[in-house]
Amino acid sequence: MRTTRTLLGSAGLAALTLLLAACGGSEGAAAPVGATAASPSAVASSFAPTTVTLLTHDSFALTEQLLTDFQKRSGITVKIVTGGDAGELVNKAALTAGNPEGDVLFGVDNTLLSRALEAGVFDPYVSPAARDVPAALATATDGAVTPVDYGDVCINADDSWFADKGIAVPTSLDDLTEPEYKDLLVVENAATSSPGLAFLLATIATYGEDGYQGYWGRLRANGVKVVNGWTEAYEGEYTVGGRGSRPLVVSYASSPPAEIVYAADPKPTKPTSSVMTSSCFRQVEYAGVLRGTSNPEAARAVVDWLLSPEVQADVPLSMFVLPAVEGTPLPDVFVKWAARPAAPLTLDPAKIDANRAAWVDAWDQVTLR
Amino acid sequence: MAGAVGAARVQPPPAWWFAVVPAVFLGFFFAWPLLTVLARGLSSEGLDVLTSAPTWRVVWFTTLQAVLSTAATLVVGLPAAYALHRLAFRGRRVLLLLLTVPFVLPTVVVGTAFRALLPEAWVGTLGAIVLAHVLFNLAIVIRVVGGLWAHLDRRYEAAAQTLGASPWRVLRTVTWPLLRPAVLAASALVFLFTFTSFGIVLVLGGPTTTTLEVEIYRRTVQLFDLPGAATLAVLQLVAVLLVLVVAGRLQRRLAVRQRLARADVAPTSPRSRLDRGAIAVTLGLSLLVAAPLLALLHDSLRVGDRWGLDWWTALATDGPSTRDVAAWESVRVSLTYAALAVVISLAVGGLAACAIAYARRGSAALDTASMLPLGTSAVTLGFGLLITFAVPPFDLRGSWFMVPVGHALVAIPLVVRTVLPVLRAVDPRLREVAATLGSSPLRAWRTVDLPVLGRALGVGAGLAAAVSLGEFGATSFLARADAPTLPVQIGRLLSRPGEANVGQAAALSVVLVVLTALVVVAAERLRRPGQAEL
Repeated sequence: MRTTRTLLGSAGLAALTLLLAACGGSEGAAAPVGATAASPSAVASSFAPTTVTLLTHDSFALTEQLLTDFQKRSGITVKIVTGGDAGELVNKAALTAGNPEGDVLFGVDNTLLSRALEAGVFDPYVSPAARDVPAALATATDGAVTPVDYGDVCINADDSWFADKGIAVPTSLDDLTEPEYKDLLVVENAATSSPGLAFLLATIATYGEDGYQGYWGRLRANGVKVVNGWTEAYEGEYTVGGRGSRPLVVSYASSPPAEIVYAADPKPTKPTSSVMTSSCFRQVEYAGVLRGTSNPEAARAVVDWLLSPEVQADVPLSMFVLPAVEGTPLPDVFVKWAARPAAPLTLDPAKIDANRAAWVDAWDQVTLR
Repeated sequence: MAGAVGAARVQPPPAWWFAVVPAVFLGFFFAWPLLTVLARGLSSEGLDVLTSAPTWRVVWFTTLQAVLSTAATLVVGLPAAYALHRLAFRGRRVLLLLLTVPFVLPTVVVGTAFRALLPEAWVGTLGAIVLAHVLFNLAIVIRVVGGLWAHLDRRYEAAAQTLGASPWRVLRTVTWPLLRPAVLAASALVFLFTFTSFGIVLVLGGPTTTTLEVEIYRRTVQLFDLPGAATLAVLQLVAVLLVLVVAGRLQRRLAVRQRLARADVAPTSPRSRLDRGAIAVTLGLSLLVAAPLLALLHDSLRVGDRWGLDWWTALATDGPSTRDVAAWESVRVSLTYAALAVVISLAVGGLAACAIAYARRGSAALDTASMLPLGTSAVTLGFGLLITFAVPPFDLRGSWFMVPVGHALVAIPLVVRTVLPVLRAVDPRLREVAATLGSSPLRAWRTVDLPVLGRALGVGAGLAAAVSLGEFGATSFLARADAPTLPVQIGRLLSRPGEANVGQAAALSVVLVVLTALVVVAAERLRRPGQAEL
């Protein structure tokens, strides 16, 4: 408090100081004491009734029945607490490392992981069920978190638009710089959007740190449009849905199945969009036990549960991502229409974290200024 | 209580009576968290951002668009405020409501609908941002200036007219000086809203048209550059403070004591060309505002190639996924938060306005302080709340009431701005009369100030409820376990591909529009219980 007051004084914010002085005398009376649930004695497989708070992002979803079943079976009530996107989630966790808002965190991805690890957000725990997760999904996790699902950020193309115009659907990042695809692509701002950043990383993975700026220079010359977020790009500029005028957009490998699932009745037999598999950048989402939880045993059980066959089978249609556990059966619409690139593009999370700001700044210069 | 005050004096009750609650509330929920997060972030490495050219480009663009937006909002908002509060014409009340609605809708909703209607070449330009800011902030000018305009004692104008002044001359020499404090208050608000604009700039701006607030967000969330973000947050706060101090000075110089009519002055039918021009401007604005709203209604009823209620029925039911929140759940949560935000902001804002109006010393400082929450980076404050209220005995994280408190912080300045010009305009002679007749200061205050205050509080309540219902910035990342508010749920729906998501988001937006309209109407009704029109 004293430092802050000095700061204030030096900034000359006299009015605020007044308020602060006024608040000093009132702290004792102001608010109820935050109650923390006492940690019950726990048995490994089933628990006396207890509650585990799962911190996650706004895109989280699961079939509600799974939560009820888990509660009946284990005694653990999972309280889902959301607020903000993945970036906000991780930053909140980093700022409160050691004194977390909940017990388990789900939704940190490989572009944000090293920030969380560096801040000491997690109490290292890897679920035993992770033995069935492909090693490629668990690289650079330092044994601190468990991969739960993955998805790919890829270019989507409006097949019917290209068919109407009699132009071939582009198949590679290089194609996008060709004159016949001029003014057709819309991407998200790498500085403000998670798929935008993923696509920038895809170009860095493809062309290397020396080549990506040249590529973006060519994309710019070929009329790439940059908007701030996924909603503006997909629902504002992309031709599928009928609002926009650009038939190429940076979206997800699971966007075509989502198009079918969320189509009006009667459902179309096939999606309008296809996925350019050579442009896909892999995003992996992890779950971990938060350091400082008062209920570590139950928190671990919740991480295990996220890897359980029923939750894993539920993630495709709930969150439009793919289950991390190998061999999990996929819904039909995913088997048919979700793109599953054999060799998705990736980068080392530590490298992403170390270079993110510089890469985004350089991208901004080349693409926007 | 009145007995303790003692003998009759002409002064209102002492200002500090009114200042205690606002000072405690703002100190606890605003100043403390803000200082905590700044103290954590500020360091010498953050100063680098001040010497970088991109930072100053952002500062320049932020200022430019805010100045242009404020000027444009005034130019079209004043005629509309006049037409909607003083002229009688068919559809007046409906248009008043219509023009209030955009202010309270989350930018992600109207921004997306509005964007779809803009010519492609406009998207991402300064023009698009200014136009959107005008439409979104019009309600402030209409409500704040119109609120006073409706109560101007018509006899001043009538006297000038009788003396042969033209309508234009009456406006310039009689009405304008009386209105100036409210115009200034509204301008300061619009400037603050647009200077710290976030959602509109993200949705309608391009990647190169960035405000400080967006840059602070980017540094905090994307880059985790807390020192840089804290430096920019201080820069923004200082800029806002400067503007507030200047506006406050001007406002006090311009304050006019006048008799206000007790109830709305009955509108008169348009007579002059000025009147007809004002109505034309109002109609034009209404078309601009109605277009995206109609587009939302269209999208909510359009199912593939046919018309249908599919998206509406889907909203009515609680589906199998945690993501399928029945609309009424969100409505209930939104209304609960709004009700609490109204109570808090009326109590704190109303008392603060009284303290500012009655204070003999320190009035200017209090005035400025009450506006600061609007000029503060929402991201910064949000993280401040998180780290400040993280340790017992104040571990309030995840507490459901943090959300309405956040909403109230945004609404309090609006309440102060609505109430203050009205209070300042109260003729002190009225209190003197009351005192002469033997009233205690408190009694004199109750009979003289309170009735005027009641009307202004009605307007303030409407604005506060509206702010809370539409809030999507400051509090969207405060953690919560209950059902999402309407704007958050709309944002969730819009973040997935597929027609059902777009359709349901449109339907839910229509719900939000209707709900907001109802709340605003209710607030207007509330403000004059049993009072007859004069």
